[in-house]
Amino acid sequence: MPTRPDPAARAAIWRASVGIGVYAGAFGLTFGAVAVASGLSRGQAQALSAVLFSGASQFALAGVVGAGGSAWAALGPVLLLALRNGFYGVTLAPVLDPRGPARLLTAHLVIDETTAMATAQTDRPAQRLAFWSTGVVLFCCWNAGTFVGALVGSAVDTDVLGLDAAGPAVFLALVWPALRRSVRARWVALAGAVIALALVPVAPGGVPVLAAAAAAVLGGLLPQRPGPEPEPAPA
Amino acid sequence: MNLWVPVLIACAGSYLIKLAGLSLPESVLANPGVQRVTTLLPVAMLAALVAVQLVQSGDGAGPYALDWRVLVGVAAGAVALLLRRGFLVVFVVAVVVTALLRLLVPAG
Repeated sequence: MPTRPDPAARAAIWRASVGIGVYAGAFGLTFGAVAVASGLSRGQAQALSAVLFSGASQFALAGVVGAGGSAWAALGPVLLLALRNGFYGVTLAPVLDPRGPARLLTAHLVIDETTAMATAQTDRPAQRLAFWSTGVVLFCCWNAGTFVGALVGSAVDTDVLGLDAAGPAVFLALVWPALRRSVRARWVALAGAVIALALVPVAPGGVPVLAAAAAAVLGGLLPQRPGPEPEPAPA
Repeated sequence: MNLWVPVLIACAGSYLIKLAGLSLPESVLANPGVQRVTTLLPVAMLAALVAVQLVQSGDGAGPYALDWRVLVGVAAGAVALLLRRGFLVVFVVAVVVTALLRLLVPAG
């Protein structure tokens, strides 16, 4: 029976989850507004946030529909963007070890934020708590934000509020603990970013980020030095 | 055309992808090489996501359409990270700096 994380660690994980929840609420608001402006109904916007529950895919679908394309044409980019979550599932499977019906619920919450929060923790109980607290808080805030955003529609211009900076800033914050822990992770992050940027002009949406997985494969299979990696000296 | 059908297919597809990733057999996941790769997967993909979102933040037509105000906002968020601040602070700093720059330096 693994020990529970100590109260201070638990509190820190919940605080981080609420921080991500605030971001998700603001971003959900943006999605709701963009979705109804694109021609999706309020019900469809809400269904996407509740059932598809993967921000990048949802924005892609709204984007294609809004640009006058058919939603069928959007299925390609939507599912390409969602493939990332399949990779995350592989990362999370040994951490969460979900069995039976629990796996069905767990799968729904496998997204960027829950994966990053879980993998940022150093022991199993903390990793599980981080996954579930982030997943539940984010799901509620994302859907509440979508509801309000779809209601007010284009009355708010979220770019004026600077909310388009929230995505990259929060994802940077999510990957930060891994970068602090390991030099190898920094090289993998750099290589992943370079691969994706190189592919942006030539590959369809979703593919550049997927291709960055090659950096992780390379970084993971290169020979490992014995023993823990040395902590780098502070810059 | 009824948008509901593709919307529901997208929902189902997204869910099945998540479930498939979680359902790989344990024998595959027990391999140490596979474990190192899966630990690094979120690092590579989240870093790529940050990079792609940054270069697509502007309104320009080309594949690279960076909005420098978003870049500066995110850089300010990175400074907050260096100062060991939490998500909420990083989020607020990035958003407020970007919004202020938009207010002070409107797009030409």
